[in-house]
Parts: sequence; C-alpha cells; structure tokens
Amino acid sequence: MFVYMDHTATTPTSPEVLKAMMPYFGEMFGNPSSVYSFSRRSRAAIEKARSQVANALNADPAEIFFTGSGTEADNWALKGTLEKALIKGKNHLITTSIEHHAILHTAEYLTKYHGVDVTYLPVDSEGRVSVEDVRNAITDKTALVSVMFANNEVGTIEPVAEIGALCRERKIPFHTDAVQAAAHLNIDVKAMNIDMLSMSAHKMYGPKGVGALYLKKGLRPENFVHGGAQEKGHRASTENIAGIVGFGEAMEILKGRLDEDKAINSARRDKLIAGILERIPHAKLNGATGDLRLPNNINFSFIGVEGETLLLDLDAKGISASTGSACSSESLDPSHVLLSLGLKHEMAHGSLRFTIGRLTTDEQIDYVLDVLPEIVARRRAMSPLWEDYIKGRLQ
Amino acid sequence: MALDYSQKVMDHFINPRNVGEIENADGIGEAGNPKCGDIMKIYLKVNPDTKIIDDVKFKTFGCASAIASSSMATEMIKGRTVEDAWNLTNSAVAEALDGLPPIKMHCSVLAEEAIHEALNDYRSKHGMEIIPLEHHED
Repeated sequence: MFVYMDHTATTPTSPEVLKAMMPYFGEMFGNPSSVYSFSRRSRAAIEKARSQVANALNADPAEIFFTGSGTEADNWALKGTLEKALIKGKNHLITTSIEHHAILHTAEYLTKYHGVDVTYLPVDSEGRVSVEDVRNAITDKTALVSVMFANNEVGTIEPVAEIGALCRERKIPFHTDAVQAAAHLNIDVKAMNIDMLSMSAHKMYGPKGVGALYLKKGLRPENFVHGGAQEKGHRASTENIAGIVGFGEAMEILKGRLDEDKAINSARRDKLIAGILERIPHAKLNGATGDLRLPNNINFSFIGVEGETLLLDLDAKGISASTGSACSSESLDPSHVLLSLGLKHEMAHGSLRFTIGRLTTDEQIDYVLDVLPEIVARRRAMSPLWEDYIKGRLQ
Repeated sequence: MALDYSQKVMDHFINPRNVGEIENADGIGEAGNPKCGDIMKIYLKVNPDTKIIDDVKFKTFGCASAIASSSMATEMIKGRTVEDAWNLTNSAVAEALDGLPPIKMHCSVLAEEAIHEALNDYRSKHGMEIIPLEHHED
C-alpha cells in the first residue's frame, strides 16, 4: 500500500488544475507584457487567477501579487517592509520562535546586514503565541509584526485575528505566513485585519514554483525582485503563467470544498490521534487539539525512539511521513519548533508527523494504526534510552 | 532530508545483528547522549582463558546509521581478542558499511567509543590497565 501522509510537505497538482494549466505551456505561450492581441490572452489568464485568489481571501484582486514561492513572499514582506522602515528610523521586527525558516532566516539576515532588532516571541506548550506578549513587545521602533497563521510542524493555529486587531489599533503593519493555513482554513483578510499574507500553491493541490503575497491597499514594501514592470512594477520577472493559472484554479476549487475537507480531515486526524494514544504507551501528542489545530496535522513524540528510524521503518511499509529529528537535518539540533514548545531534546528527536489530505482514506488510517505500534515497540526494544525511561531513571 | 544510505546500512538497520543485553556482562560501555539524539550501549562476554570476545550485544537509540554502525561494529569484534578489538576504528566500521553520509560519520565514531568504553570496563574489572580515551568532539 502506498500511503502518502506528508501533505504539509507538498500536495499533488490536481488533475483539474493541471488541465487548466496545460494550454499555457503550449499554444498560449504569449508574453503577457507584449502589446499584440495574442499576448492579451495570457494577461487575461493571469488576471482571472488573481481574482480567484483574491476571492478566496476576501481581498481585492489589485491586492494580490504573484511570486515564485511562499518563501519569496515571506522574504519580500519582511525585507521590503524593514528596508523602507529603516529609512524612517524604525528598526524593530516582532516575530515568533516557531516560524518557518523562510521567516526566521530572513529575520537573521536583517539583523546581520541591516542591524534590525528582532523580538522572537515564545509560545506555550501547545505552540500558541500570546497576544499580550505581542502587545508588550511593541515599541515606537516596531516596523512589522509577523506571526504565522498556523504552524507547519505541529499544526497549532495562532490568534491571528486578535493580533491583527491589536496591530491595526497600534498602526503597525501585520504580516502572516499562511502557507499551511490557507490550504485548510477560511481566511478573511479584511475581518482579520491582515495587512500582508504569504501563500504557496503547491500546498493546496496547485503547482510548485508559484506563491503570492497579499498586500493591503496602500502598503508597498520595497521590491524584492527588481527588473521589469510585471505585477504593476512590484515583482519583476516574466510571469509563470501556467503556474499562476494553476494557483488560481487550485484556490477556487479549494474554497469550494474547504468546509467539507475540514470535516473529513478533522475526523480522520482525531481517529489517528486517539488510535495512537490508545495503542502506543508513552506517546505524546505535540501541539493543540480540536479547533486550535490544523485539521490535517498529527504530530507525536515517542520517548526512546529516534524519528528517522521511524520514517525509514514506515517507508519500508509504504508510508511517507516526516520528523523533527536532527537526523533529518544538517545540524545536530532537533526541530526549533518542538524545542520552543518545551520538549526535551530526546523527545524532539523522537517526533513523527503525519499530515493527511486528499490522498488519505479511512483504510490508510487503519493501516497506519496497524503497523505503527509494532514499529515503535521494536525500536524501543533496542533503545537504551527507553530502558532508562521505563526503569524510571529519566524524569 | 532524504539521505542516501548504502544497501549495507539499510540491511543492518532493518535487520540489526546482536541486539540485546548480556546478563553479567564482562564489560559494558556507553557513548553519546540523548541531547544529540544518539546513545549506544555495548555488552561484552569474554572468554576468561583465551580473552576472545565470545559474545557481544548492543542497544542503541539513534538514527538508522547509528543502529547500523552498532550492528556492524559488534559483528566486527565478535571472535576477536580484547587487545585486537581495541584496534577497531570508526573508519573501518564506516568502510564495512560501504560508507556513511558525511554528516553521519559521528555515528561510527560513537560505535568505536562505546566499544572502547566496554573494553576499558572489562580491563578495569580484570586488573588490566585502563587505556586513556580520546574523545571526539561532535
């Protein structure tokens, strides 16, 4: 059985989306920037996609700017905003310790090369940022608050609307990385007082290589990609027309089935979580529960076992999953997100993430529940850490 | 990150040899720490007359290459004398596994260290001089 449970890493481009994209690889190849009527069709296709994305967010099409990825959108929001703010003497950025590296490494860059002072807010044991902490971190030098909509590793949903309202009141731009959230949650940028929002198509059954930044009317961070006049002069590069068309299509389809998907995914998520807790002793769920968790995220730590071994054992059974273990990274440190939640290193090393989605079936949930307990038990049986834990030598 | 492990690493990871503990072991050694995500424990049974390692078992918490390194290392010292077993190097373990990814080389170092710890434990229990260990920094 092939069981793909890594929808947070990426999703397959859906057949309807691919179909909509195909003409733009072939007969509709015109450069949207050209004047002749043939290229006008490419322009029209991009504008249709812009409306599709805007509609899904309750934004105006003029507020949507296509990028090459969600990461680029994050880079643009942070660098572009801080670069302009620095001229006015504002050098403070507020973000959180559990952001994606697209935010964290950009913030580090801003500190290193532009002297930006960054506040990394802590999170509670479920991964939630406190609105009070945001309030207390704001100074008269604060140029931007960037808090992710939902965390990619543990699925915790942040109090975005509350932070948005706070920032609006204090007249500080608020950016949110919604790369994961946009695939699962209803987002209304107006009601939630969001000023900037990053998205990526391939997390929502669209193609790889295209993302978008929503920029509230009037907000214009400095350009990130300089060059031609594409995207109204704000993001140079000949447009990835097929990718953009695919993004628009994927977003429209997603919006149409979002509530239904959410119900199905949440039920399967909770079945998998309950099943693991029931069948595997000393399993710890990482992150929040219920409506505070993305409907498709399941993240556990199994004391005594290391995540990479679980991934390889699961892979041998046809199951694709993910881990926050150091062994899946270049450094010896495990996931910064799990450490921020207060997990001990050995627990963070033993984490396992399943992210379900359109490829998931009820049979697959049962299959995972069938094979996982044995895999964990077998690896624990050869682990001195598990032996210590069981003998109570570890707290 | 997808790591390209050799078939030998995967073989020793999927079917590790010499897993377990030895009751009343003649030497026990441990290396690594939970913070780094690797702990290796080695148990030795040594023939009192021949000083040959008759049996060796391991328990390891760690990634696939840590488990494979422990498995391979135990195979390599089984049947050798305690003096000879001391000469097992981490590079020999890695080589026997048809190589390890560069960032995983520390796993083979851990195997060498755990074996040295176990051999020293044996030596101290049998009135032999303890050999100073060079600790590798990881």
